[in-house]
Amino acid sequence: MSSGVAVDLENVWIKFGDFVAVREANVNINGGDFFSFLGPSGCGKTTILRAVSGFLEPSDGRVLIGGNNMAGIGPNKRPTALIFQNLALFPLMKIWENISFSMEVAGASAKERRKRADELLDMIALEGQGDKLPSELSGGQKQRVAIARALCANPDVLLLDEPLSALDLKLRQHMRTELREIQQRVGITFIYITHDQGEALTMSDNVAVMKAGVIDQIDNGHEIYDRPATPFVASFVGENNVFRGKISQISGSEAVISSNRSGELRAQITPSQVGKMNVGDDAMMFVRPEALALGESDPASKTTVSAKVLNEEFEGASFSVFLEGDGGKQIKMAMPNLGQKLEGHTGETLSVHYDANNAVVMPAGELASE
Amino acid sequence: MKKKMIFSEFFRNNGVIMGSALMGLVGFWLIFLVILPQLSMLDYSFRFNLPPADVGTAKDVYTLSNYEHLLYGSDKTHATFNTVDLMVFVRTIIAAIMVTLFNIVLCYPLAYFLGQSKGSGLARLLVVLLIIPYWINEILRAFALRIIFGDSGLLNETLMLLHLTKEPIDFIRQDIALYAGLGYAYILLMLFPMYNVIESLDRNQIEAARDMGASWTRIHRRIVIPHAKPGIVSGATMVFMLSAGALAAPQILGGPSSLWFTQLVYQWFNDSLNWQQGAAYAIVLLISTILIVLTVMRIFKVNMGDIGK
Ligand SMILES: Nc1ncnc2c1ncn2[C@@H]1O[C@H](COP(=O)(O)OP(=O)(O)OP(=O)(O)O)[C@@H](O)[C@H]1O
Ligand SMILES: [Mg+2]
Repeated sequence: MSSGVAVDLENVWIKFGDFVAVREANVNINGGDFFSFLGPSGCGKTTILRAVSGFLEPSDGRVLIGGNNMAGIGPNKRPTALIFQNLALFPLMKIWENISFSMEVAGASAKERRKRADELLDMIALEGQGDKLPSELSGGQKQRVAIARALCANPDVLLLDEPLSALDLKLRQHMRTELREIQQRVGITFIYITHDQGEALTMSDNVAVMKAGVIDQIDNGHEIYDRPATPFVASFVGENNVFRGKISQISGSEAVISSNRSGELRAQITPSQVGKMNVGDDAMMFVRPEALALGESDPASKTTVSAKVLNEEFEGASFSVFLEGDGGKQIKMAMPNLGQKLEGHTGETLSVHYDANNAVVMPAGELASE
Repeated sequence: MKKKMIFSEFFRNNGVIMGSALMGLVGFWLIFLVILPQLSMLDYSFRFNLPPADVGTAKDVYTLSNYEHLLYGSDKTHATFNTVDLMVFVRTIIAAIMVTLFNIVLCYPLAYFLGQSKGSGLARLLVVLLIIPYWINEILRAFALRIIFGDSGLLNETLMLLHLTKEPIDFIRQDIALYAGLGYAYILLMLFPMYNVIESLDRNQIEAARDMGASWTRIHRRIVIPHAKPGIVSGATMVFMLSAGALAAPQILGGPSSLWFTQLVYQWFNDSLNWQQGAAYAIVLLISTILIVLTVMRIFKVNMGDIGK
């Protein structure tokens, strides 16, 4: 089984008429990686995938697979296999015929095809189901058949277009683990598309976060979550409290922002902006709900905010506390449920603090879904 | 049990009065417009052609003589076959099959193009252009074709102008006009069922197959045609039945020597005023075409239910 083929996008632009669907994408995907494109609906994820699989030529720039320029090479000639958003199993063919379709194309005998299909059915834990039709399988089983069908051709790169989006939550979580396992077993490069940040973070080695055709950040899940590069990434991936203001002080990678409503706040400058920000710049500071804790008011530390408790929600594993700071500033705090009693604070004004290492500051910009 | 549930639901949805009215209309349609006329034709076909005075008397008995006539002609000894009429029958069936096949071949690429260029302006315009000629009466259309195919018609004039031929070709006598007319008459009934099924085909399936390296022929053979099969068979059934039963096109476009089986039926009814004989001929045509359709459906594994879709 082939493995470890890198995929590179060099300065890729994709336009439909005047509409720019993908703008200047530069992505290097290591061979054997599980790489995700994460972004809201309509941001150009499928379009990028179609450019990699060869259904679409970039308007500008190059797509390289294993270092080879793919310009002018059709989807059938590329070492990629695509799993479609809706799976696109052939409804009139039996499962085993579906799985071995690429071998049928290559002219393999029915016996060979059946043998390989049965092997793959074993791998996806559907042994003995080869003679069924796709309509006779459950959503998760169809999912696995689509993966087996794509793997049957021994591709170097597997492209998956939101393959889990049609499944219910439980199954989706189960399939995440399963997909990751399959990827590690076959060892080929997976390029995965999703608008679900949970999926992207749990499965991927690296994630590219996209917004309206532009890739905002490429990093591993931890970095994306802890050190978002743009306000969009910070607000799209996970939940975040945002504080707007102007930079009032910079020392190395740390900055103080004079926020509009919550006073002076200290935070780390996001790595890509270190050395590029100046005092007086419009900035945004983000701190996650789980990075906030109740504490003593200590304005000198520049890491506390006082706010009134609006209401509390009990969510099983955690509490969510919704607070209102000065000037109506909404703040959300999350704390793990360790058996503590938290009710009864509604209406009180408390002091909330955080560790400056857990807060990031960056130039102001557009937030997700605002 | 299941039937009952369907009916009770039907009444619940439509109310008793509206429900009964609708059921009554459907019943009326089935009984008076479909079943009774066919039964009376069937009855006719087994009776002698008697003078009005004898109808209903002891002489009015059932007989197979009308069917015997198709097989053996007026030869009462049954030594020779009625080759003239039988040949017309066989030729009609074969020609109707050819017309159907021709329509399938012609419509498939068109239906594929229309079905896959989902709702684009060009496709819609094309559909409208295809439909407009059918606003014109069938007989007028046949005459229009006769004019086009005539000795000094558009086609011959063009061919001669281009020096492709010196003398006008007699399209009518060579039955070319007839086949063209029949092929054209019911082509929309082939196109639309095909177009409908192909339009419902998920484009991703085609792309998935292409991604796996399938050639265009394989994509059509393995994916598009199997998907379109019910539409193809449904269109083919209609075109075949209607061509075999067509009268206007053969009357107007047929050469003097080429009879269509329906013309024989027409002659029995109209010229010879022998309705009993005509009914027998019509019944034979009906049953044969139904048997052929059922056989084809069996061979291609298509159910009645698929056709109704
Ligand atoms: N063939 C096309 N012609 C014109 N515009 C297109 C075409 N394909 C996609 N687009 C546009 O490009 C943008 C990106 O589309 P794309 O399908 O890549 O989104 P996506 O990120 O996959 O979204 P989703 O999560 O909803 O699948 C959309 O605004 C879409 O309208
Ligand atoms: Mg998409």
